[in-house]
Amino acid sequence: MAEAAKSRAEAAPALPTWPDEIYRVLKDAGIRQVAMVPDAGHSRLIRSFEADPETRVVTLTTEEEGVAMLAGAWLGGERGVLLLQSSGVGNCINMLSLPVICHMPLLMIVTMRGDWGEFNPWQIPMGQGTRPSLEAMGVIVNKVDEPDLVASTVQGAANLAFNTWKPVAVLVGQRVLGAKNFKELARK
Amino acid sequence: MSNPNALLHRRDVVNELLRDRADLLVIAGLGAPNWDVSAAGDHPNNFPLWGAMGAASMIGLGLALAQPKRKVLVITGDGEMLMNIGSLATIAVEAPKNLTIAVLDNERFGETGMQKTPTASGVDLAAIATACGIRTSRIVRTMAEVTELRDLAHEGRGTVFAQIKINPEALVFVMPPADGVILTTRFRQSVLGDEALYN
Ligand SMILES: Cc1ncc(C[n+]2csc(CCOP(=O)(O)OP(=O)(O)O)c2C)c(N)n1
Repeated sequence: MAEAAKSRAEAAPALPTWPDEIYRVLKDAGIRQVAMVPDAGHSRLIRSFEADPETRVVTLTTEEEGVAMLAGAWLGGERGVLLLQSSGVGNCINMLSLPVICHMPLLMIVTMRGDWGEFNPWQIPMGQGTRPSLEAMGVIVNKVDEPDLVASTVQGAANLAFNTWKPVAVLVGQRVLGAKNFKELARK
Repeated sequence: MSNPNALLHRRDVVNELLRDRADLLVIAGLGAPNWDVSAAGDHPNNFPLWGAMGAASMIGLGLALAQPKRKVLVITGDGEMLMNIGSLATIAVEAPKNLTIAVLDNERFGETGMQKTPTASGVDLAAIATACGIRTSRIVRTMAEVTELRDLAHEGRGTVFAQIKINPEALVFVMPPADGVILTTRFRQSVLGDEALYN
């Protein structure tokens, strides 16, 4: 029995620790409102926030709602974070005018698709367009491709956003998330 | 003599909604609703939008959640509301008690040349809000109902949605400051106190 449990533990890949690390970083940054359209890469972080009575997790119908909601939060003195997949960045573009022109902080954590090891061709256009379209709108972009650097990247982005009233996006690369291959899954 | 079937005038509606506004916090959608709110009197507790079409209702939600003791009134147009109609689902689920959304429905995109919006063909925004789960949701056609709506907004006993049928008239623009930094900073200073200037 013990042997079997041991070999199972060895076989299972170690759970990534960065979602728990950025949960702590975001709590320390005073985050109260969490706006999101889910992505698999954010599921662990979302569960942490849902279990936390101090944070309000709001499920959006489109990511641009979150940009507006967090502007309202800032007007009312609360800090928030927007969790989204790279494809959702495309849904936000015109709404980003709001934090940009009003000098409001906005912290976005974007899990990438169409980036490294992607199998789904439909993720490529927006995945490749994520950074340039954010930058075209005046959002500061920090990309992270190393699991060990995710927490410090988010911490720096939160400081930048809330201390200098800027929209800042952290792009979490597929190297960190691990690229899924649905074709392999379909064969199994 | 007033005709009971005549459409309401938008500035009368907004003046009544903002009568004795006390510490009401007001978000105004871009275009004519912004000018209407400004015509009722520029105020630091107004956040009038000059762009970001579709933002008004969700700014209202974020603000209402951040300031649960204050009452938040969103005044916007039918076109602006339709651009983010999904937000009614989001807001219905969160159900903030202190949020009222008043849509000035002239059945037109007024600002851009009075083109018809879907409400001109019968799209019922109040029914959409009801179907999303906002129970206090209604179409408003009389000034007496506008007064009731004003009172509901001050009571803060649940999320309220109203689609107010108004005359498609084009009125003189009355503009608030256009600088988003001024609008943001004076709002935060008014709501949060001088500390807002230091963080
Ligand atoms: C994303 C976007 N699309 C189009 C416009 C152009 N535009 C400005 S105001 C407006 C219409 C607003 O209509 P409504 O909210 O019904 O207000 P009304 O002026 O009719 O009261 C439009 C389409 C815009 N500013 N932003």
